[in-house]
Amino acid sequence: MLKVDGIDVFYGDLQVLWNVSLEVRENEILVLVGANGAGKSTTIKTISSLLRPDKGRITFNGHRLDQEPAHKIIGHGIVHVPEGRRLFTQMSVEENLIMGSLHGEAKPKRLETMAYVYELFPRLKERRKQLGGTLSGGEQQMLAIGRGLMSLPKLMMFDEPSLGLSPILVQNIFGIIKKISQEGVAVLLVEQNVMQTLKMCDRAYVMENGRIVMEGPGPELLENAQVKEAFLGI
Amino acid sequence: MKKYLPLILLILLIIFPLIGRDDYHRHLMILVLMWVVIGTGWNIIAGCTGQVSFGASAFFGVGAYTAGLFSFKLGLSPWWGLAVSGLVCMALAFPFGWISFRLRGPYFALVTLALGEILRHIATVWESLTGGMVGILIVQTYVSKVPYYYMVLALAILSVVGVKVIMGTKWGYYFLSIREDQDAAESLGINTQFYKMLSLNISAFITGMVGALYMVYMGFIDPKVVFSLHDISIMAILVGIVGGVGTIYGPVVGAFIMVGLQEFFRTGFFGLFKWLGAVTDAQAVKVAAKYVSEAHVLGFGILVVLVILYLPNGIVGDWGKIIGAFIPRRKKEVQR
Repeated sequence: MLKVDGIDVFYGDLQVLWNVSLEVRENEILVLVGANGAGKSTTIKTISSLLRPDKGRITFNGHRLDQEPAHKIIGHGIVHVPEGRRLFTQMSVEENLIMGSLHGEAKPKRLETMAYVYELFPRLKERRKQLGGTLSGGEQQMLAIGRGLMSLPKLMMFDEPSLGLSPILVQNIFGIIKKISQEGVAVLLVEQNVMQTLKMCDRAYVMENGRIVMEGPGPELLENAQVKEAFLGI
Repeated sequence: MKKYLPLILLILLIIFPLIGRDDYHRHLMILVLMWVVIGTGWNIIAGCTGQVSFGASAFFGVGAYTAGLFSFKLGLSPWWGLAVSGLVCMALAFPFGWISFRLRGPYFALVTLALGEILRHIATVWESLTGGMVGILIVQTYVSKVPYYYMVLALAILSVVGVKVIMGTKWGYYFLSIREDQDAAESLGINTQFYKMLSLNISAFITGMVGALYMVYMGFIDPKVVFSLHDISIMAILVGIVGGVGTIYGPVVGAFIMVGLQEFFRTGFFGLFKWLGAVTDAQAVKVAAKYVSEAHVLGFGILVVLVILYLPNGIVGDWGKIIGAFIPRRKKEVQR
């Protein structure tokens, strides 16, 4: 459904992505792994149109995305759960969720979706009047995911959802992501937590220095000697 | 009690001309209310939308010159200028915002700083239009200050209530989300460029209106007064910070305090130094009396340092903290 075709991205004069191509298919969990600074976050920021590629094209179900302004992207059904949560800290949990459903068909279904999000994260329901900034790290991540779900996405992109969470919470969050994908939402997951994500995903791309260096089914990559050496230290 | 506070203040302000019968106090109150409007204008773009602006003087000055030039050049009543000044300022805010909202954070603040300064120079140099440093002098319509008082009060109420209403609607939420995290807001489908423009235009509109009101009230303007960086732009920021950035009533409180403080210094601690000088007849006190009236900037500086250190959310934002300092909080019973 999402096709990224040979994009080059620059920060000013500095090129950070070289000819990156990838594809996300319906209903799958796709993982983008790589070390710090490999260009994973840049890739999904470019898909969200927060950055513009100098070369190449990005299409989603046939619509070209790379020329559109960032605020139009969500209308196509793509939502970006940004790194470090990026909540509206001075708004309540409920207001944060409402901010996720400003668009098209998501708006009239707001209450239904909110009930679904609360079902997924009962913790958020308990704290719905609390300010976003006063939640714990795990709860904030839940809220960020909930806010993303509020737009009824077809594709959800997660940027390092495990960042700064305890191992048990990481398990929890990955479980939720799996559940979301089973509901029929395609998932593009950017992670440094290579071991766990490769186990749970359908397919994966490995990035290095702004280039895609490998692709394949998760378990296969997990067995790959090069991946093992680079990321797992085995 | 706290709920009725704005209402009580409003009633006091409405009956004020009956209490304060001398022109001096009426003049001071007009200034306070003008600062309420300017502070509110600054607060909506900088406090609520997070785009810190040093450009209050630009819109204030353009509003004032609009009213002035209507009389000076077109020979019309300056009140026509008052009617259109808000729109003229929006006409300035449009191209300015369209270009400069590509910048973020300190860079945007710097551009607004430049805008005010550029306009000040234009008003100074373009003598054939603005009269340059000589300024514009018009004949005031009313001798009494009461009509002006009620006009500026109406504008102040309109802007404060207007901002309160706006912040409760979806625009307000969009503004806040832009302040909190621009990228996240953009990703959630908010056209940040559009809503920043909207916020800037509201700010420009009310600041321009009060600028024009200043013209018709004072009867005299020159570029140094109305495009002043420290007397308008910085003062607007101080009103916002002292009162409470991003709060509805912050600029109201801030305006009272800042104008009060300015007057306190300008009159040499309400005449204290003059009196001391007369009593002691000491040369040192007389010299001090001369300089203390110019030391209001120092007073502002100290106040801002104190506010930022102890009340980072301003007086309104940290009201609970202030109350807590005076009234020992009752400890809540621990539930077992």
